[in-house]
Amino acid sequence: MSGPADTRRMTRVVARAARVPVSASRRPRSQRISGLGGYATYAASFLTLFFVWHVAATYVVPSVLFSPPLAVLDKLIELARSGVLVEHVGVSLRRILIGFGLGSVLGIPIGLLMGNLRFAKRFLEPYTEFFRFIPAIAFLTVAVIWFGIGETAKIFLIVYTTIFIVILNSMAGVLGIPKNKVRAAQCLGASRWQIFFYVSIPATLPFILTGMRIAMGNSFATIVSAEMLGANAGLGTMMWTARLYMLVDEMFVGLFTLGILGFATDRLFRFLIFRFAGKYSPVA
Amino acid sequence: MALVSFRDVEKTFWKDDQSAYTAVRDFTLTIDEGEFFCLLGPTGCGKTTILSMLAGFEAPTRGTIELAGVPISGPSRDRAVVFQGDDSLYAWLTARENIEFGPKMRGVPPRARREQSEHYLNLVGLRGQGNKFPHELSGGMKQRIQIARVLANEPKMLLMDEPFGALDAQTRRVMQRELAKIWEATHKSVLFITHDIDESIILGTRIGVMQAGPDSRLKDVIRVDLDLGHDRTHPRFMEYYKVVHGLIEAEVNKTLMREIEA
Repeated sequence: MSGPADTRRMTRVVARAARVPVSASRRPRSQRISGLGGYATYAASFLTLFFVWHVAATYVVPSVLFSPPLAVLDKLIELARSGVLVEHVGVSLRRILIGFGLGSVLGIPIGLLMGNLRFAKRFLEPYTEFFRFIPAIAFLTVAVIWFGIGETAKIFLIVYTTIFIVILNSMAGVLGIPKNKVRAAQCLGASRWQIFFYVSIPATLPFILTGMRIAMGNSFATIVSAEMLGANAGLGTMMWTARLYMLVDEMFVGLFTLGILGFATDRLFRFLIFRFAGKYSPVA
Repeated sequence: MALVSFRDVEKTFWKDDQSAYTAVRDFTLTIDEGEFFCLLGPTGCGKTTILSMLAGFEAPTRGTIELAGVPISGPSRDRAVVFQGDDSLYAWLTARENIEFGPKMRGVPPRARREQSEHYLNLVGLRGQGNKFPHELSGGMKQRIQIARVLANEPKMLLMDEPFGALDAQTRRVMQRELAKIWEATHKSVLFITHDIDESIILGTRIGVMQAGPDSRLKDVIRVDLDLGHDRTHPRFMEYYKVVHGLIEAEVNKTLMREIEA
């Protein structure tokens, strides 16, 4: 059995692990990836990937089961032109955004509550610790018999995959606030509510954003699996259907698109953190 | 009339295994308006416990603590604390916004706040640094923000918990001189915790030496009557040093012996 001390340690570990990506945003400007030099490095990195992929698929393991990048690119353009790809991507992204948004909107206040009230933490922690270990995809069967194979089931799964990691990070953020920050506010005359709004929230914001960023990754993983197992549209469906007809190029288009989408969303998230919450980030 | 009075104060902590540790016992002390009282003692003697109770962060197990005749019931803006490290500063606020935190909480309008913060930035020697964030400033500068932040909130007294303990020796000297200057200008009552004999003689109007813990209490109180600037080599400074050193040496040894035995 894990006692309260164990879970406290665990949340702290989560918090520490979670702190890493955000604290990077506080580095001096000169160390950030910025300007042309930074973008050139990105481009070089991607080009190298394509080159290695090309060599591997053309010379090392030439096989119809392993598409080279140029063939995939051709297929990608074809699918994009016909509008098929755009439709699948649109469906998947819509599910992710709704589910992720709902999960965050529900998870943040619950996490803050658990961090601030000992009773709420004691009462709700068993739930988070219990469900956290049941992967969202395991709920697919139940979700389908509850909600049918429509949008609701998928959005339910995305909410589910988002909410616990957001709760856990928000709570860890509150619990990790140095005691002296609160004490200083108390002896400067702040009320309980003022401490909550002017100290707890800004001190926790980097943790919340980090939790959301991790949850975004989970959402991608979950939606693809869910779409493979039961949906009419979406990137997962596209790849699963491609398998039925052995359209290897199309499967690779799916993989490639997922990577690009994930990368772009994460960059967007990082940009938003810089833009709106840069100064809330803890100093590394 | 005494500003602060501790009467027969006792503080006992219970550990997880139900064993009790009495940090201070029968602690009695009064501090007058305008005094700079230094509380000196070996590590673990309960100095910080005394400060925490006066701040209202912790309640005494027994005895009473009063400020201007009113018993203490929790933290309030009467008693502003300057903490040892810099983790009490708000990393998401600039130096100026940190200083304006107290006035903002009680609804002082922005323009008036701005005037106050400007005044205190200048007083603590941070002119022109107001828009910097704490992490952009050195350790000494951060302690200056803390001092300005509590002064801007106009408390009845300052509680300082080894505020220069984490600074290097050179910076500490500079900060001591600055604090003495600020105290000359404001004559706020101060309770200053330290384990540095030098510091207590330079800054204090009275020095209270504590016994080694547990069951710590005041061993002796010495009135300091020195106006030498900051000449640490003056014979009168040396006299005080000998007296205080004599008082504390035995206590430090006791602490060491207990640690070795444990």
